Amino acid sequence: MISWLEKIGHRAIEVLKKVGEASLLFSQALRWTFMPPVYFKNIIQQMEVIGVQSIPVVLITSLSTGLVLALQSYTGFKRFHAENLVGTVVALSLTRELGPVLTGLIVAGRAGAAMAAELGTMRVTEQIDALSTLAVNPVKYLIIPRLFAGLIMLPILTVFADMIGIVGGYFISVQYLQANPVIYIRRTTEFLEANDIFGGLLKACVFGILISVVCSYKGFNTEGGAVGVGKATTGAVVISMILILVSDYFLTMLLFKQ
Amino acid sequence: MIEVVDIHKSFNSHHVLSGVNLTIEKGESMVVLGGSGTGKSVLLKIIMGLLKPDQGTILIDGTEIIHLREEKLNEIRKKFGMLFQGAALFDSLSVWENVGFGLMEHTSLSKAEIRNRVTEKLAMVGLKNIEDKMPSELSGGMKKRVGLARAIAMNPEIILYDEPTTGLDPIMADVINELIIKLKHEIHATSVAITHDMTSAFKIGDRLALLYQGVIHRIGTPEEFKHSEDPVVRQFVTGSSVGPITAG
Repeated sequence: MISWLEKIGHRAIEVLKKVGEASLLFSQALRWTFMPPVYFKNIIQQMEVIGVQSIPVVLITSLSTGLVLALQSYTGFKRFHAENLVGTVVALSLTRELGPVLTGLIVAGRAGAAMAAELGTMRVTEQIDALSTLAVNPVKYLIIPRLFAGLIMLPILTVFADMIGIVGGYFISVQYLQANPVIYIRRTTEFLEANDIFGGLLKACVFGILISVVCSYKGFNTEGGAVGVGKATTGAVVISMILILVSDYFLTMLLFKQ
Repeated sequence: MIEVVDIHKSFNSHHVLSGVNLTIEKGESMVVLGGSGTGKSVLLKIIMGLLKPDQGTILIDGTEIIHLREEKLNEIRKKFGMLFQGAALFDSLSVWENVGFGLMEHTSLSKAEIRNRVTEKLAMVGLKNIEDKMPSELSGGMKKRVGLARAIAMNPEIILYDEPTTGLDPIMADVINELIIKLKHEIHATSVAITHDMTSAFKIGDRLALLYQGVIHRIGTPEEFKHSEDPVVRQFVTGSSVGPITAG
């Protein structure tokens, strides 16, 4: 019994220690963000890796979600003659919830894994130490560009995801389910408020920072060669995804509780 | 001058360094010897300010570096060049970007001037026409030489070598040893090398220091080490498995 309690206590201390270290890394990054030099080239590179390269998979996922959501909503709503609300449901679901969350999960799996693996490899091959020996701050050079890229690109990807999902919903409703296009568009725009879109984008900003901080932290603190890089990458993706889902609940409470 | 004063360092419960004291004079070439896992790399990283010791201090030309803020420490680091065991080249950058990295970050030289300087430094380590290659296209020995060119690109006052000949064939190891000697004469830098390669140590070191059981066990010239009667030194120099130093 005591050994079990010891194990749980030990684990809890480990987790708290890591949360503290990640917070410290984030606060260091914030402090150095406002000190020169700014590595614009690295920020642009990371925006490409995190954002531009994620566009195809985000679009495919979101289009598929929009199509399925419209189809499911239609068949469900038909039971109580509310088919004309499909456009509203698709638009609200995507902008408030599915757009930012799916984008976050995709970026965590794709770019977050790459981020942790790249930084992890740099750590175990002493490239991060080499940066320090060349009098370059590794947090400034490696982590701040990733933070900026996450913060900027997640909302942009979410806008794409929202748009393509709504277009997909429109397409399936109008072309396949024979919904009236005028009513569909009116229902979509009538109930969609700016707060729905901006709330969703705010969520995306938070997810972007979470992914960058977690994946950078895991990569930056990798130990133990190739096995360590593998562990860091898996850990980074799993923790990012869990944090996205948990924070999504609290953000929804905060932003949309009316 | 580098002064290492009473450095202690532990990892979890493992006490790696237990009070290391060492003074390296300006222009001197010091080789720190020791078996695997004796804390040589840890000592080098502490000297460079990459690791913080639990106790003790490091003075670089009289400036205490342990408690310096990052910005001040980076100013001191500009005096250093370091060759890593695996070269630690940035694999997303080409050879010239690797060698010219410090110059791009810390000088206002134009790209053309930096490229010229890179070509000159690569020539110093015996490499030509590889500026646009990526590190993945280089052999182990070439990587090490590019790493050396990067270490000397900023004309450092102090060069640290982490196992400079490990993983190289005997001929390439000797090429690296010759380069280290050549650089010593050409740029007159103070150097600290850690190694367990005795051939390399005798060749490049003005003085040798043996790290054993967390402290500097013995310091002396290569000749003194060769003729030492100290059983620990004797065993290390001859590479015998029998003696006070036990494996593991």
